[in-house]
Amino acid sequence: MDEERGTWEAKKGLAQMLKGGVIMDVTTPEQAKIAEDAGACAVMALERVPADIRAEGGVARMADPEVIVRIQEAVTIPVMAKARIGHFVEAQVLEALEVDYIDESEVLTPADEKNHIDKFAFKVPFVCGCRDLGEALRRLSEGAAMIRTKGEAGSGDIVEAVRHMRKVQGQLRWLKSLRPDELYAAAKELQAPGQLVTEVARTGSLPVVNFAAGGVATPADAALMMQLGADGVFVGSGIFKSENPAARAKAVVEATTHYEDPARIAQVSRGLGVAMRGNQVADIPETERLSVRGW
Amino acid sequence: MKIGVLALQGAFREHEEVLGRLGIRTVEVRKPDDLHGCDGLVLPGGETTTQRKLAKTYGLWDPLARLGGRGMPILATCAGLILLATRIDGEAGSSLGLLDIDIRRNAYGRQVFSFETSLSVGRTAETAGRADPFRAIFIRAPRIVRTGPAVSVLASHAGEPVAVEQGNILGLTFHPELTPDPRFHTHFLEIVRRAAASREEGKPGRDSMETAVGNHP
Repeated sequence: MDEERGTWEAKKGLAQMLKGGVIMDVTTPEQAKIAEDAGACAVMALERVPADIRAEGGVARMADPEVIVRIQEAVTIPVMAKARIGHFVEAQVLEALEVDYIDESEVLTPADEKNHIDKFAFKVPFVCGCRDLGEALRRLSEGAAMIRTKGEAGSGDIVEAVRHMRKVQGQLRWLKSLRPDELYAAAKELQAPGQLVTEVARTGSLPVVNFAAGGVATPADAALMMQLGADGVFVGSGIFKSENPAARAKAVVEATTHYEDPARIAQVSRGLGVAMRGNQVADIPETERLSVRGW
Repeated sequence: MKIGVLALQGAFREHEEVLGRLGIRTVEVRKPDDLHGCDGLVLPGGETTTQRKLAKTYGLWDPLARLGGRGMPILATCAGLILLATRIDGEAGSSLGLLDIDIRRNAYGRQVFSFETSLSVGRTAETAGRADPFRAIFIRAPRIVRTGPAVSVLASHAGEPVAVEQGNILGLTFHPELTPDPRFHTHFLEIVRRAAASREEGKPGRDSMETAVGNHP
């Protein structure tokens, strides 16, 4: 009869239910509806998509609760929302709003330069970005129940997401190849807790779901990330900064499901109109990159 | 024996892992052709709205309805169970209608109300030779608000059914694929074996299963 809420299994379990799916950034209930109709498995409610944050500058914060509530009312799929790194009160507010997942996100302006949110203190689960395995394990040690690559949000350039996914997968293979007595030095190198490092070395995989994010703009981008080992895909600016969001959203979902079927990806990629224009990551100065936020 | 696991979205790999540990061959079902030669199907948890949409878009909806109608054994968890119900949130017509229950989606609330609990699963427990409580994880789970006369209840939580069986269909509102306890999967495999045995005796056969899959563009 007892109901134990906010358990680790329940937190990471929801991410497992999202696997193989596409989570889309939306800023209005209308966009949320388009995303749901296209087959998105969840939406991320936010005030501005990363491309606009990049273009307009200013401090990027948690979305207006009014917007979040209206998006929750518009769809039946889970609604996620972003909190600033270290801003545990924004997270408390999002929990009070009963969002289904909180993204402690580098896309927003960090609120703390040293501490991430203590995610064990919440019943609502958290997803966090990473550039490598060490960063993923540090977030797990703080209670994150889902991981995503950082990529370079709002760029429309997939290169960073590829780099981060390959790095994580490569480090997982490396860790698995080590002798037990080498794991202490590995933990030091990864700057991650020894116990987690030992567990991951034994299983050869992260104990939570790992999505790709940051720069996905086309169906082929999504399938690329899936073939590289992602459990699913976040699409931020890529949908609603394109010429035909509804068609592109549907195509990205289809390419994510059938990521090993090139003929199908070819078919769904036809006639989608212009993708988001984007910025080459190589042209973005180091100081303006979002992926370097968080540690 | 080969079990097809609907792999449009959700926790399909977890079901494959449990069945794999029980020595069962699985195939991921993403298009109608994948259904050929399956002795049973798993409809996993995930997002109902998404799964329904994709099943229709990818031409799987009608084959699933036909196969279920002809007695194909099905294990359905959470979102998968919702797809089988007669009525969802009071409405008919948006589901496969293979299991005579009415169901309410996300009926415990949003994710912060997701929970774990221990279930008494007496009969199922006996068949698999394990001690009672089954640790069950409910994630944005639905509630079964009506069961038809042909439906038997295997387990309840707070006085409401959470595990039900009707013919060759086993439906659960929770996620046995997320815990190491394989009792419900074992029970499902018994249903599959029983169905296969009755086919051998000349009841609705494999041939009719094959025609139910049909040819789709």
